[in-house]
Amino acid sequence: MTVTTRRDPDLRGYFGEFGGRYVPETLVEPVEELERAYLAVRDDPAFTIELDRLLKDYVGRPTPLYEAKRLSQASGGARIFLKREDLTHTGAHKINNALGQALLAARMGKRRIVAETGAGQHGVATATACALLGLECHVYMGAEDMDRQALNVFRMRLLGAEVSRVNAGSRTLKDAINEAMRDWVTNVTDTYYLLGSVLGPHPYPLMVREFQSVIGREAREQIVEQTGRLPHAIVACVGGGSNAIGIFDAFIDDREVRLIGVEAGGEQIIRGRHAARFAGGSPGVLQGTRTFVLQDEDGNIELTHSISAGLDYAAIGPEHAWLRAVGRAEYAHVTDSEALDAFQTLSRLEGILPALESAHAIAHAQHVAKQLGPLAIVLINLSGRGDKDVQTVEKNLERKTATTEDTEDTEVKS
Amino acid sequence: MSRIADTFARLRSEGRPGLVTYTAAGDPDLPRSAEILKALDRAGADVLEVGVPFSDPLADGPVIQRATERALAAGGCLRTALSMIEAVRLHVSAPIVVFSYANPLMRMGVSAFAARAAGAGVDGVLALDLPIEEAGSFRSEMKRAGLDTIFLLSPTTTDARIERAAELGSGFLYGISRLGVTGARDTVASGAEALVRRVRQRTSMPIALGFGISRPEHVAQVAAYADAAVVGSALVSTIAEAGSSPDLIDRVEEYVRWLKGAHAHA
Repeated sequence: MTVTTRRDPDLRGYFGEFGGRYVPETLVEPVEELERAYLAVRDDPAFTIELDRLLKDYVGRPTPLYEAKRLSQASGGARIFLKREDLTHTGAHKINNALGQALLAARMGKRRIVAETGAGQHGVATATACALLGLECHVYMGAEDMDRQALNVFRMRLLGAEVSRVNAGSRTLKDAINEAMRDWVTNVTDTYYLLGSVLGPHPYPLMVREFQSVIGREAREQIVEQTGRLPHAIVACVGGGSNAIGIFDAFIDDREVRLIGVEAGGEQIIRGRHAARFAGGSPGVLQGTRTFVLQDEDGNIELTHSISAGLDYAAIGPEHAWLRAVGRAEYAHVTDSEALDAFQTLSRLEGILPALESAHAIAHAQHVAKQLGPLAIVLINLSGRGDKDVQTVEKNLERKTATTEDTEDTEVKS
Repeated sequence: MSRIADTFARLRSEGRPGLVTYTAAGDPDLPRSAEILKALDRAGADVLEVGVPFSDPLADGPVIQRATERALAAGGCLRTALSMIEAVRLHVSAPIVVFSYANPLMRMGVSAFAARAAGAGVDGVLALDLPIEEAGSFRSEMKRAGLDTIFLLSPTTTDARIERAAELGSGFLYGISRLGVTGARDTVASGAEALVRRVRQRTSMPIALGFGISRPEHVAQVAAYADAAVVGSALVSTIAEAGSSPDLIDRVEEYVRWLKGAHAHA
């Protein structure tokens, strides 16, 4: 299979055998309407100019590319560069997509926005975009995520969004998407569903990728400017996979650049204790798209676990499934504990608190840097900032310390 | 002619409106959901839809979501649903339609499912999140196994897609009377009649109309323009309310007789 520069899915929304449009009948026409509206603005210079202006003046783009020298040293290998999406307004890459889609919604005449959120970053970005454009905003969030990301819940409410607690199923991102889709299917005439990742029915995986691809376009220019060449490897965390697709996209045709997605290994790769779809999943259909899914033998979706709410999801974006199938990208997974270590490492060595999601990328990039050696260049997408996670980190570090002390205690006694 | 087509042809020739019921396989447990199917048949239900419980029922409202949870907890899934259908088939004269989200069907494998369903005595299949555009090879597999593929139509379905659904589907068409998730309402949606009128202009295939039907007068009202009414959430609520009570089966039978009774005089 050849990879061409503009890798759009086919007319039915498929990347190879992944993607498509598996929606209830009521949503078929709205999704087609969305596709028509998106394709119209995609090639409309006025839309692009308006979005670019907001990305520059409001979001603060371009975000810097920063060489993390102390992290490089500590990782004993390659030069490591961080694409600083954590420095965007609202603190994560999610705003790139939220603004793009909110502008599109306004153009379509939809004044009410519904969105799901996992870690809360997409919810905050959507609430922000809605405040800016004067749109009504309703965010669905799993009960477990609301508890572990309380700060973001409060931020969304300050921004004027209504946040609904979802108690169904695993009470995380997947259940929030179900509830947002139920809202959409009920209020479809005046409501726009602002999906936060490269998931869901076509055209979402395409549209979200395009809105996030600004990350890779900037990074490509910046790395060439700073090092005179392309990186050897790019590492990004993958929940649904929008930050990863966003940075990979500009490098797809540079076959010499390794593209590495990092999934949540959770506690370990046993059923229900992780969210590594390529480690424990198989092709299936979830929430509008055919992709790799964590499921049991009867086709029910399995529970997932990750220390980071943003990676705690049972399916991966269909384009990732395709990139892996054609051998263009590779995927690894990192445990909660390794991510926690990387969170502290980056904080102490570089003075940057990464989001726990991004900490997964840092952890794996350290292995890659070591393996590639000092002549190599590794680019990490630092997709978000870690302020939202400090309570989770604190709780887990306390637990870790307690466990260590227990162990030491036992050792002394025995 | 399939058992489903037969049933609708008979309803038409007798000038009688039909009643389609929905229950979830395994709600409240597998033995009793089998008994419920027999009771529905005795009470005169014309088509029995058997819902396959799925972990993520994104098109369903709270009532069916709860039923799904009960059914999953009781071991309901596609395999056990098919075994249950096979066990009741000889005792039930109404056609049986498997109502499922796409993933359980694909997980079993579409051709494996078609073979097992046909073997169990299933008559038709409705895959909720498998719209016409995604159902091409699925439909051929079902057809090869002698199963009808039933497509959903909604108020947002365009005329062109109604035509395609009528062309590709068989048995009957399932009209959704309103936007939104499944659930009982106080009245039948005003858009329902308009949808049926659009369908009638394009096909002679029978139409069953669902979403929001809970009372005999709803059934009678729907019967004025559609071939059959579908009762789902209200029936499932009756099952939930009866819970573990010994008269569960009687209550279900009574409820369906009550629903049917009114339109006999409509």
